[in-house]
Amino acid sequence: MTETTQTQEAIPVRNQWWDVWDQFKTHRGAVIGGAFLIFITLFVLLGPYLWQVDAQKLDIRNKDMRPFYVGLISDVKWSWSRPLGTDHLGRDIMANLIQGGQISMAVGWTAMILSLFLGTLIGVLAGFFKRLDGILMRFTDLVLSLPLLPILLVMMLLFRDPLRAAFGPETGIFILIVSGIGITSWMHTARIVRGDILAIKEREFVLAARSIGTPPRRMITRHLLPNVMSPIMVSATLGLASAIITESALSFLGLGFPSDFPTWGKILFDSVDRMASFPERVIWPGLCISLTVLSVNYIGDGLRDALDPRIRGL
Amino acid sequence: MLTYTIRRLILAVPTLLFIALVIFLLLELAPGDPMAEMPLTIPPEVKEKMREALGLGQPWYIRFYLWLYQFFVVEPQYWIDGLFGTNFADGAQRIISFQSRSPVFNTIAERIPQTLWVVGMSYVVGVIIALPIGIISAVRQYSWFDNFGTFISMVGFSVPTFFTGVLLIVIFSVNLGWFPSIYDTTLKVEDWPSFVKQLKQMAMPVFVLALYNAAQISRFMRASMLDNLGQDYVRTARAKGMTEKVVVLKHVLRNSLIPVVTVIALGVPQVFGGAIITEQVFKVNGLGQLLIIAIHGNDVPMVMTLTFIFAVLIVVFNLIADILYGVLDPRIRYD
Repeated sequence: MTETTQTQEAIPVRNQWWDVWDQFKTHRGAVIGGAFLIFITLFVLLGPYLWQVDAQKLDIRNKDMRPFYVGLISDVKWSWSRPLGTDHLGRDIMANLIQGGQISMAVGWTAMILSLFLGTLIGVLAGFFKRLDGILMRFTDLVLSLPLLPILLVMMLLFRDPLRAAFGPETGIFILIVSGIGITSWMHTARIVRGDILAIKEREFVLAARSIGTPPRRMITRHLLPNVMSPIMVSATLGLASAIITESALSFLGLGFPSDFPTWGKILFDSVDRMASFPERVIWPGLCISLTVLSVNYIGDGLRDALDPRIRGL
Repeated sequence: MLTYTIRRLILAVPTLLFIALVIFLLLELAPGDPMAEMPLTIPPEVKEKMREALGLGQPWYIRFYLWLYQFFVVEPQYWIDGLFGTNFADGAQRIISFQSRSPVFNTIAERIPQTLWVVGMSYVVGVIIALPIGIISAVRQYSWFDNFGTFISMVGFSVPTFFTGVLLIVIFSVNLGWFPSIYDTTLKVEDWPSFVKQLKQMAMPVFVLALYNAAQISRFMRASMLDNLGQDYVRTARAKGMTEKVVVLKHVLRNSLIPVVTVIALGVPQVFGGAIITEQVFKVNGLGQLLIIAIHGNDVPMVMTLTFIFAVLIVVFNLIADILYGVLDPRIRYD
């Protein structure tokens, strides 16, 4: 007994998040994914300062330029000032990728935060208040049996014009897409959170907190929410990945942002008709979407392992 | 089990009614007017008559009731009439598309074969490649095969289908010229060359969807196999002196398939939804493309009917998955 207390004293006190970080570091895919996500985020955030070409500037004389790697091996129109080429209106593809990335990432993050907020709210309410449980979970089941992609498409079509009129073309569509994705993707988070809350509610520390008269609001924020952080973080990564994919799918189906407002999915969609002669216009935005989503999914995988105390101890 | 099934079937009715109501009310908000395309020279009173002819004059709850009646009573009657040559329907009003002015179900019936061929085939192919990959990955956990399989399935569900599709078109139909990039629906399979042609045009869409499905199912298969491989009955079987082949393929596989089968059943409606994008990429004129065209054309009856059919698929396959789980696993008893 004395031995164990001595060894315990010898180990310096550590925040548990350091343990999580140590475990996370051992997952090679997650580390590479994290590095790529940081890289692509910096690319779209700092890109406009380093690459000062106006993405929307039309330059008909320099239209249809090929990227440098094609120009170096064959005799086509290309230039170092447009390293990834230009589109059929002479707009620089690199600048468009940077600007499109900003919007795609912004949509992804905001939609993910909205869906997490809704999911956590409904999950906590259903798990904590017994009276709300039945009705909220039935509602979740109902939403889960809606065909979400068709409904999302219909929503895009119906509310596009009113929101555009109310908030301007860009903000209106942004609000529409973010709220559309947010309110069609909270259900899994809600189910997971509710399940965990139900389990935690039976533990002794909750009983102790209740016995000293903690009101429900503080019970949730102080005792329950910190304990369901791990599943929420894992579903945050999944939510970010699926939000980016859904946004680009909507743009790809022609129901996303207007075409003078590029996102990765929109650039890809606009270039599909001429992909036989200009494959790079499809491949670069596609690669951006795919690699971002892949790295986010790997981070999620690593986080799940790192946050699981059964694995972390090993 | 029977009472459970009956209870679930009865519960499915209000669920479907609620879903129909949600879709109907959402479409009711549509600012788009089917009369917007009409010439401006038509006098207003004629326009009003045309609206009434389209059934737009009444309040929404009457139209909702009429739509339900047409969907659940009139259309099945026409269907039975078509099958047996009877005359139940007796010329009753069917659900009419705003765009083509023909019954919605006729158009849907024309589109279903293409979707079923491409989507159904891709799901079957996906399951067939996913199961062995999942089994081998679990048996040789952390081997190079397992790591490679993990990577491929990560890629499979990270890369959106519209990018895989476009990439395949660039490589195989633009650069190599092996497969056509557009699905030709008029092609009739009569002899060997046309059969080969059909196979060729199906190859890429099926591959794209199959990769996506296989990625998810193989993960489930692997996880389920790993769960079972650690169980006591596996040790007992090995201790009895059974060969590894018998242990894995007879004992473990059968038990691991139980959750996987339900996952496969649950995935079917999602595949139909996901096929909307793939059909758009390869220009397959199936149900997904029909939905997109109808949405762009403000064709409310068509959108309503198609979306509701997707919803019915989801509810039905949820039910099938739950019942299958109870049938396959004797430990699960709902009653």
